Amino acid sequence: MKVMTMHAAIRDLVRDGDTVALEGFTQLICFAAAHEIIRQRKRDLTLCRLTPDLAYDQMIAAGVCKKLVFSYAGNPGVGSLQAFRRAVEKNEPRALELEEYSHFGMVGRYIAGAARLPFYPVNSYVGSDLPRANPRIRQIQSPYGAEKIYVVPPLNPDVAILHAQRADKNGNTQIWGLTGVQKEAAFASQRVIVVVEELVAESVIRADPNRTLIPDLIVDAVVVEPFGAHPSYAQGYYDRDNAFYVEWDTIAREAATLDAWLDEWVYGVENRAAYVAKMRARLEKLKPGDAFAEPINYGEYR
Amino acid sequence: MNYSQNELMIAAAARELHGARVAFVGVGLPNIVCNLAQRSHAPNLELVYEAGVFGAKPARLPLSIGDPTIVTGAASVMGMPDLFQYYLQRGLIDVGFLGAAQIDKFGNINTTVIGDYKKPKVRLPGSGGAAEIAVLCGKILVITRLGKRAFPERVDFITSPGHLDGGDARKNLNVRGRGPEAVITDLCVLRFAEDTREMTVTSLHPNVTRDAVQANIGWAVRFADQVETTAPPSAEELRLIREELDPQRLYSR
Repeated sequence: MKVMTMHAAIRDLVRDGDTVALEGFTQLICFAAAHEIIRQRKRDLTLCRLTPDLAYDQMIAAGVCKKLVFSYAGNPGVGSLQAFRRAVEKNEPRALELEEYSHFGMVGRYIAGAARLPFYPVNSYVGSDLPRANPRIRQIQSPYGAEKIYVVPPLNPDVAILHAQRADKNGNTQIWGLTGVQKEAAFASQRVIVVVEELVAESVIRADPNRTLIPDLIVDAVVVEPFGAHPSYAQGYYDRDNAFYVEWDTIAREAATLDAWLDEWVYGVENRAAYVAKMRARLEKLKPGDAFAEPINYGEYR
Repeated sequence: MNYSQNELMIAAAARELHGARVAFVGVGLPNIVCNLAQRSHAPNLELVYEAGVFGAKPARLPLSIGDPTIVTGAASVMGMPDLFQYYLQRGLIDVGFLGAAQIDKFGNINTTVIGDYKKPKVRLPGSGGAAEIAVLCGKILVITRLGKRAFPERVDFITSPGHLDGGDARKNLNVRGRGPEAVITDLCVLRFAEDTREMTVTSLHPNVTRDAVQANIGWAVRFADQVETTAPPSAEELRLIREELDPQRLYSR
C-alpha cells in the first residue's frame, strides 16, 4: 500500500545525509513535507532545487541542510532569502556548502539524471563567471563540429518529493498549470514521494492519460495533504499566498523571529492537518474562481 | 500631470518594446514593464515566462514570475525543459527583459554576490534563467534604478554577460544574441556605443541634470552628442500602472 501519512513517508524514505529534491516552480512546493522534515530533525541533507524559496529558507534555518544545489535562491517578487543569506554570509546556524548553476543548467542536470546520461550540453554559460565558481560546469569540444559547448553533470537525488493536484492510490500522478521539472526530478530520483491535494480513482486518471506526468512505476509513496503546498499554490485549488511571501521577509530578517515562527507553525503543530485547521480562515480566502477547460474526446476504439 | 520617477522609468521601459514580437519576462520590474507594453502599444506582444509559459495574458500583475494568472488563458503551458530548449535555445525570443542588482560599464550583470564569491559581503539570489537569457535572446533590455553601488565600473561577478570587455569581445566569443541594447533607469536612459560598447547616456528624464546622473554612476560616464529628454508617461500609461497593474504601489511609488 503506497498511500501513507506524511510522517511515515518522511520517516521511511528520507534518511540523514540524503540528497533530496523537493521541487516545484512557484506552484506545488510541498511545504507540508519540508515541515515534516524539520519536525523529524533530519540531518546533513543535500537539498536540490532550481528555486529554493521559503520552504528551503525554513529548512536551512532549522539546521537540516548541509549543502544546497540550486540556480535561484530568492524570495520571488519580494527579494532575498534571509536565512539563506545568514548561512552563506555568517555561517549561521551552520555553514552551508553551495553548488550553483543557472536554471537551464539545473534543468539539464535533471534531464541527464532522468535519462541516465553522462552529461547534458547547454548553449549557455558563455562569458559568465559561473563555470569559474562551479568547476562541475565544464566546456567540451563538440564531436561533430568545431564548436565548444558547456556541459553539466546528471543529478540523481536519493529522493524526490513532488506535490501535485491528484493521483490514484498506486501513484499515477497528474499535474496541470506550471509543471516545472516535476517529471524530470521524479525520473531522476531513486525514491519518489508524491503529495496530492486529492486522491482519485484510477478511472479518473485513465480517462485523461495525457495529463499523467509521473507513472506509478516509479512512485514509492502517495501522501494526501490538502493545502499541502501553502503558501505556494496549486492551480485551480488555491492561489499563492503572496502576502505571506512579503511577511516572510520580516519574519526571517532576525533568527529569533524566524525561530519563533518555526516554534508556532512547524514544531508547534503535529501535522499538516493541524496547520490547516490553525490557518483555516486565511486559506479559505485563497480559493480562485472557476476556469474550466472544454472536455476533449479521446475516442473509444474496440 | 504629476508622476513618480518610477512611473516614468516603467513607461519609458515599456516603450522600448515597440515592434518586439516575443519577450522573455524577467523577475521584478521587467514584469510590470512587459505587462504595461502588452496593455498599451503592443497588444500582440507574446510574453514568455521561464516558469514554462508562452503567450501569457495575465489578468492581474503577477507578483512572482510563476503566478497562476500567467497560466490561465495562456497560449501554451509546458515543462521547463521544453521552454528552455525549444523556445529560448531554439532562438525564438526577440527580447529578454532583465533587472540587475549590479550592472557595469559594458552591460555585464551581476545577481550573484557582492564581494568575493567564496566569502561574499552580500549573497544575492543568483542567475535563475538570466545567464542563458543574456546569451540566447536576440537582444537584451535592462531596467534598474541608478545608484553608485548598482553601477560600478566592473561588476564583482559576471552572472549574465553583456558586452564583456567591450568592443568585439562578445562577437569574438561567438555569443549568439546581440546583447544589451538599452538600460532604463529612474534618472536616464543609457545605450551602448557602436564601437566601444560602452554604456552612454542618450536621454535624461525631465528635470534631471548630468551631474545628478554622474553622481550615481561609478565611473566617468559618457554622454551622447545629442542627449534627448525622455518623454513623460501619458495619462493612459499612468492609469494602467495605477489602476490595473500596481494598485498596491509595490513598484511604481
